[in-house]
Amino acid sequence: MTTKEKYKKVAYYPGCALEGTGHAYNRSTKAVGKALGLDLVEVKNWNCCGAMEVKNVDPKLQTYLSSRVMSVAANEMDMDVVMAPCNGCYHNLKKAEYDLKHDKESAAVVDKLSQKAGHKTYESGQVETIHALDWIKETIGEDGLRDRVRNSLKGIRVANYYGCMYTRPRHIFPEKDAGPGSESTSKPHFMDDLLAAAGAENVEFPLKTACCGGAHTLSDSDTSTKLVLNILKAAKLAGADVIATECPTCHTGLEMHQIRAEKRLGEKVDIKILYFTQLLGMALGLKPRKVGVHENISDSRRFLKEKGLA
Amino acid sequence: MRPLADLEAAIEAVSAVPDAQAGASELLKLSEESLEHWITARGDRPTDEEREGFRLLALHRQGAKGEPSFNACRETCREIVYHYNLISLQPMHAETTDRLAMMKMISSHLYLFISGKMQVAELGEFCCSSKPIRLAPEYQAQKRKEA
Repeated sequence: MTTKEKYKKVAYYPGCALEGTGHAYNRSTKAVGKALGLDLVEVKNWNCCGAMEVKNVDPKLQTYLSSRVMSVAANEMDMDVVMAPCNGCYHNLKKAEYDLKHDKESAAVVDKLSQKAGHKTYESGQVETIHALDWIKETIGEDGLRDRVRNSLKGIRVANYYGCMYTRPRHIFPEKDAGPGSESTSKPHFMDDLLAAAGAENVEFPLKTACCGGAHTLSDSDTSTKLVLNILKAAKLAGADVIATECPTCHTGLEMHQIRAEKRLGEKVDIKILYFTQLLGMALGLKPRKVGVHENISDSRRFLKEKGLA
Repeated sequence: MRPLADLEAAIEAVSAVPDAQAGASELLKLSEESLEHWITARGDRPTDEEREGFRLLALHRQGAKGEPSFNACRETCREIVYHYNLISLQPMHAETTDRLAMMKMISSHLYLFISGKMQVAELGEFCCSSKPIRLAPEYQAQKRKEA
């Protein structure tokens, strides 16, 4: 079976953020999947991946929590691919996969906790975890997207923002930096490729993998605001109308601190923030509401109307 | 090495006028100083070596030893070098002023990342993929002492 065939039907792991602040990402991911004829089967009774809170307290417990999601997909749903659109979930599942393969102690803890919880222990290699970017890039690809575009994103200049967890640490993403066609950990380009295929013009954006201060939001909001402000201003200086995101935490951080920067630092940066799935969805002919544009904090409806997408 | 708290204003003060090349050199120096603070705070002596022709890259490498989460600013450092090269090699280019403005933002990002990371070293993880500081025995001992 080819990768393209394998990814057509995947276990969908939305994660907690996509049921809350990142709901627009959830909605748009599902809508795009449907429009492209791809099958998403939500992981049954999924749990939190452990996020950063559990990892801080006990990294092995985080490994277990992520492993349970993969165990349900593999052992209860007979799926061999889990697609996680959230960078945090994607990162944690990949990290758990790596730990279970390389650390016997982690494997023993996971086995013990799985028995206690009454489900089959996840064995490393049972599933492959992918991101929403991999999913669309591998199944539909740029040529497939070009063929399906109904409302080109032509005239929209995009700064693609990947955040810091999509590619780091490198060792948990063995499929990246694997030659032609693979994703790069230093200069990721999958989102750039997909949006360019939908007609957008990508700008050179030097902060595409820089930290957004997400983990700092509560403990030191001013630093987070300044980090986000830098990202917004750099994107604007690069000539972008829109920052495209692929992580609910980064997305919410950019939106919230855009407002906070104006209130606290008096700096208003007029740039729109949209999930890449929202942009792709509209390029495929879906209405803005269908991809949750009304759920974003950053209001881009007038801009989208001007560009002929609404 | 200037105090860490002074670096933010120093980065902000860099201007393309009268000399963009001098501005780029100053930003490179300030970025090195940001890294020097991180390295010194961790008890090391900042290297004078260069990597790929730049001390900044050698300093980043030194700063990331034993702290994988510090690689979250690896590309930021490389972008600083890239913009320095753009300005130095093509000082009369029509976009030089914009390039220096961009280099300022990237240098500022490095400064903010490092200063935030140093603050949070007391509180827990800054970057989500970092090694849990709270689990370190010395941190636990310090917290017990404080309690």
